[in-house]
Amino acid sequence: MLEDHAKLMTFFKQAQEVVGRKRLQKMVYILKKCGYDFSERYSFHFYGPYSEELSTRIEELCNLGFLDEEREKEKGYYQYRYHLTDRGAGFLEQAEVETPDMIDVIDQMNNQSSKFLELVSTMLFFDEFSKDDVEEKVRTVKSKQNYTEQDFEEAWKFIEELTVH
Amino acid sequence: MAYRDEKLNEEKVFKDPVHRYIHVRDRVIWDLISTPEFQRLRRIKQLGTTFLTFHGAEHSRFNHSLGVYEIVRRIIENFRDQPFWDDDERLLCLSAALLHDLGHGPFSHSFEKVFDLDHEDFTRAIILGNTKVNQILRQVDENFPQDVADVIHKTYSNKLVVSLISSQIDADRMDYLQRDAYFTGVSYGHFDMERILRVMRPVEDQMVIKESGMHAVEDYIMSRYQMYWQVYFHPVTRSAEVILSKILHRAKDLYLSDEYAFKLHPTHFESFFNKDVSLEDYLKLDENVVFYYFHIWQEEDDEILADLCRRFVDRDLYKYVEFDPGHQYRELMDLKECFKEAGIDPNYYLEVDSSSDLPYDFYRPGEEEERLPIHLQFPNGELRELSRQSDIVESISGKKRTDHKLYFARDLIDKLPDEDTTKKRILEILKG
Repeated sequence: MLEDHAKLMTFFKQAQEVVGRKRLQKMVYILKKCGYDFSERYSFHFYGPYSEELSTRIEELCNLGFLDEEREKEKGYYQYRYHLTDRGAGFLEQAEVETPDMIDVIDQMNNQSSKFLELVSTMLFFDEFSKDDVEEKVRTVKSKQNYTEQDFEEAWKFIEELTVH
Repeated sequence: MAYRDEKLNEEKVFKDPVHRYIHVRDRVIWDLISTPEFQRLRRIKQLGTTFLTFHGAEHSRFNHSLGVYEIVRRIIENFRDQPFWDDDERLLCLSAALLHDLGHGPFSHSFEKVFDLDHEDFTRAIILGNTKVNQILRQVDENFPQDVADVIHKTYSNKLVVSLISSQIDADRMDYLQRDAYFTGVSYGHFDMERILRVMRPVEDQMVIKESGMHAVEDYIMSRYQMYWQVYFHPVTRSAEVILSKILHRAKDLYLSDEYAFKLHPTHFESFFNKDVSLEDYLKLDENVVFYYFHIWQEEDDEILADLCRRFVDRDLYKYVEFDPGHQYRELMDLKECFKEAGIDPNYYLEVDSSSDLPYDFYRPGEEEERLPIHLQFPNGELRELSRQSDIVESISGKKRTDHKLYFARDLIDKLPDEDTTKKRILEILKG
């Protein structure tokens, strides 16, 4: 019961803090692609893989007082900062879910910008294709981003180094 | 004449309770409708278990798919000669609209959760695999199946085409809201679609609404909001979904245990239990087949499976109470222990159901560029997000509303002796 909520809270516990909704979306997607068991379903939206289910579940966790969401005004937009509350930690202690160690992947992602994670998650979305086709597909669906050869090289390197669960 | 341009000698029409008539003139569309893969959608209900709450809700994915096709056909007619619209994309849009739900399986929401499947994968597999649908699409062009799959997958290069079928005000939502309202018999869910279609404009890579049509869109947003809470998240429907999921879990657990001999072997479910579902297996399983198994499994020796199937078939559903996991999670743990002490398996007879478990959403303005919002176009060409102009939309789209309910088999608790302290404790917790 509430296992899906608990799995997400495990992620927040290990990440300690997540800044930005886009970053959060992409981090959970990349973790899923690494084999971690999150049930939130993703589909392709205008700006890459996105999960409506994840957005709603985060809203629920905030409403339940398990997760704290702080809204900060940045240059012309709002940014959201998330961390697990004491009540959330209390729930997690009693929840019967596996708590896999995601720290390595979370650390790898924390060192990157959300724009970079957006590129990586979009490439992973097309992972059934060959390397060349992935790049072509990403350039087609995200033509406005004007990704360079170097961006792709760095993203491939990052993907190769991802720790698969 | 090329197959893609072939027209039927005379227009075919389907009588439809929502759109009055669905008009087909393209040979390709007519041929797609006749394929076994598309006809299969007649045997998949649009609203899954909702018919157990609203008895009229027996309409199928077939009805809805035709409806989405018809709306897209009308939008395209209005778009002709408008800037940003390329009429060469017409057949692609119509085909994608018709086939967008092709991969839905029986009671797909529960099936996908329990067996970790995604109907969108099967839609792609049907369009790109060895199927009649694929044969027809390939007659148009070798790349046509891939283009149709990409539009449905939302990865097609022309985002305007994608937005007809998948955006905050798309043909899919406009059909299901009206159709679900009609068949459930509820009075909300209706809005002036004709007006919306008249004020829709293609602008670069999105569909926008002329500012003068704002009130028609407000009505659509209200319909979406009310249908979400009154129909899609109806607590009785959720109860039926809980039992359905429990049946699938129980059958799977028994099958994988290797210790249980089914009276009716779950042949059609085997590949689902083994996580090895081929397209052929998937297409064989429709709701008629599922109901047949549930009916026969009422006679199984396993008491839990037989009981759950009886509940589903006879509509003997679980009761529910409001539940706030934020304050009551310790009581939930207690409750589970009490159920075990009383000999009632909490894995099958107790469940928390949350609004995030639902495959529907209501309108929210854009989110860090993740979801493209609805834009109004002003006479000077300027685009403004809907909730910034409409007080009504702002008031409902800013609300954070989520919901959790606790479902349980009340009759099993009632059967416990009144003097039983565990029973007393269970009732105490359930009363909150």
